Amino acid sequence: MISAKIAIKNLNLWYSDFQALKNVNTTFVANKISAMIGPSGCGKSTLLRTFDRMNDLIEGVRVDGQILIDQENIFDPKMDLVKLRKKVGMVFQRPNPFPLSIYENIVFGERIHKSNLKRDQLDESVEISLKSVLLWEELKDKLKKPALRLSLEQKQRLCIARLIAVKPEVLLMDEPCSALDPQATARIEELMRELKNKYTIIIVTHNMQQAARVSDDTGFMLLGELIEFGHTQEIFTAPKDKRTEDYITGRYG
Amino acid sequence: MRNPYRTQKIAFFFLLIATLLIVIPVGIIVLIIIEKGLPAISWEFLSDIPRKGMRAGGIFPAIVGTIYLVSGAIVFALPIGVLAAIYLSEYAKDNLLTRLIKLAIVNLAGVPSVVYGLFGLALFVVFFKFGASILSGSLTLGIMILPIIITTSREALESVPYSFREASLSLGVSKWQTIRHIVLPNAIPGILTGTILGLGRAAGETAPILFTVAAFYLPQLPSSIFDQAMALPYHLYVISTQVPNVDEKTRYGTAFVLLAIVLVMNLIAIIIRYQFRKKKKW
Ligand SMILES: Nc1ncnc2c1ncn2[C@@H]1O[C@H](COP(=O)(O)OP(=O)(O)OP(=O)(O)O)[C@@H](O)[C@H]1O
Ligand SMILES: [Mg+2]
Repeated sequence: MISAKIAIKNLNLWYSDFQALKNVNTTFVANKISAMIGPSGCGKSTLLRTFDRMNDLIEGVRVDGQILIDQENIFDPKMDLVKLRKKVGMVFQRPNPFPLSIYENIVFGERIHKSNLKRDQLDESVEISLKSVLLWEELKDKLKKPALRLSLEQKQRLCIARLIAVKPEVLLMDEPCSALDPQATARIEELMRELKNKYTIIIVTHNMQQAARVSDDTGFMLLGELIEFGHTQEIFTAPKDKRTEDYITGRYG
Repeated sequence: MRNPYRTQKIAFFFLLIATLLIVIPVGIIVLIIIEKGLPAISWEFLSDIPRKGMRAGGIFPAIVGTIYLVSGAIVFALPIGVLAAIYLSEYAKDNLLTRLIKLAIVNLAGVPSVVYGLFGLALFVVFFKFGASILSGSLTLGIMILPIIITTSREALESVPYSFREASLSLGVSKWQTIRHIVLPNAIPGILTGTILGLGRAAGETAPILFTVAAFYLPQLPSSIFDQAMALPYHLYVISTQVPNVDEKTRYGTAFVLLAIVLVMNLIAIIIRYQFRKKKKW
């Protein structure tokens, strides 16, 4: 087996007494895009939020099982949450840049993590981050402009750049294109293909064509269970499970 | 058939009446105070001590006293109020105790000010032995405006979108750093509003300072926070009811100065707020 960046073992999660994830087992491979699909409410976002332990913020959440990232169990009480979240970054459904300038958005994380950074170090990191999301040419003369004035697509790219600036290894994307038009979506997908050379990407999407287009692996979830996980092509052409086939052929909502 | 435009017109009419009912009396009061008070205003009135049993001279010590008291109240109440608001909105678990505390704070804002005065007398003047002093008065006023500051600060903090916190946390920024660098800066306009309201109330109240600081007549400036001081609202009360034969002009002049101080403070805060609004939009 090739290097598993993330391994999930017997993962269960409850919101108070509602079980949202049921005995999930799988592995995600480095430098690949994995897509999670499934009907609304099946637990895709919940699963994604377990990887950087953002569920910890929700009252009444209980988890058991293991998630190993680079062989390290993230539920270990000794786990350093700051380290984990630097390593595992999240891109949200609604682009959510801070109400700061473009420049300040990108250096925000770095500024807090490292004290006394030099001006040119920050400048350099802004350039690298914006280049890696293909925004540099567009924005290099507008770095002092407020980020909230950008277009939705630019905002979403900026959010990705903001993550890249803290040097993550895993990028989690929860329906990152659902607020965008088809052209912008296509360009973000292009960006994802570019980024996968450096990062492990897990994307949640409602759009099955998108999953088929961008991902290497696909997982199908239903009512908190991971029904099937495998190569995207196999999932879409020869699913092993009847329920996956029903969903893919559109027999579910 | 009913004419929707007519209904709309009638509704607008009543809304207009309601608005006017609020605005007109306030406007009239302000106009009367300006009309009768403005002629009293002179450099001497603002910078001199009261003379001839407060029938002549100026009101300088009262102005200074009020500024001291209000500043003292803010210095005490703003940090505590904001920290309490941060605790309540960001850290406290949503349980019965927290809800009770929040409810209590909201209700404290409605407690009559004379009750705060008595409380200040018992706690600061007598128990802590600060005596009738600027310190006691400031602390009493501070306690009186704490609920306003806490409540409005909490609302301001809670109105900062969750998505900002989420984004910050997912960059590996700790919760406190998120509050410090994202939540708090975006809540400042709202916190300022609370502070304005508090300032205005602290400057205008008589009852809380009555037993804790206010001097009937003290023709020199206080030299430390343990001194008594004159204050505008109390001075106004004194020259209006306790001293016979004070010029109407002097009384309205004092009222005018009090009003002007409150308005100027509000104006400053509104300008700061406006600057923030212009910069930050979401
Ligand atoms: N904070 C919460 N408290 C309680 N239940 C929750 C919470 N968040 C999600 N749930 C429930 O957990 C289940 C899974 O939710 P989740 O958001 O993970 O689904 P999803 O697959 O991402 O759905 P969608 O495609 O609509 O985004 C749903 O039934 C939802 O109602
Ligand atoms: Mg979701």
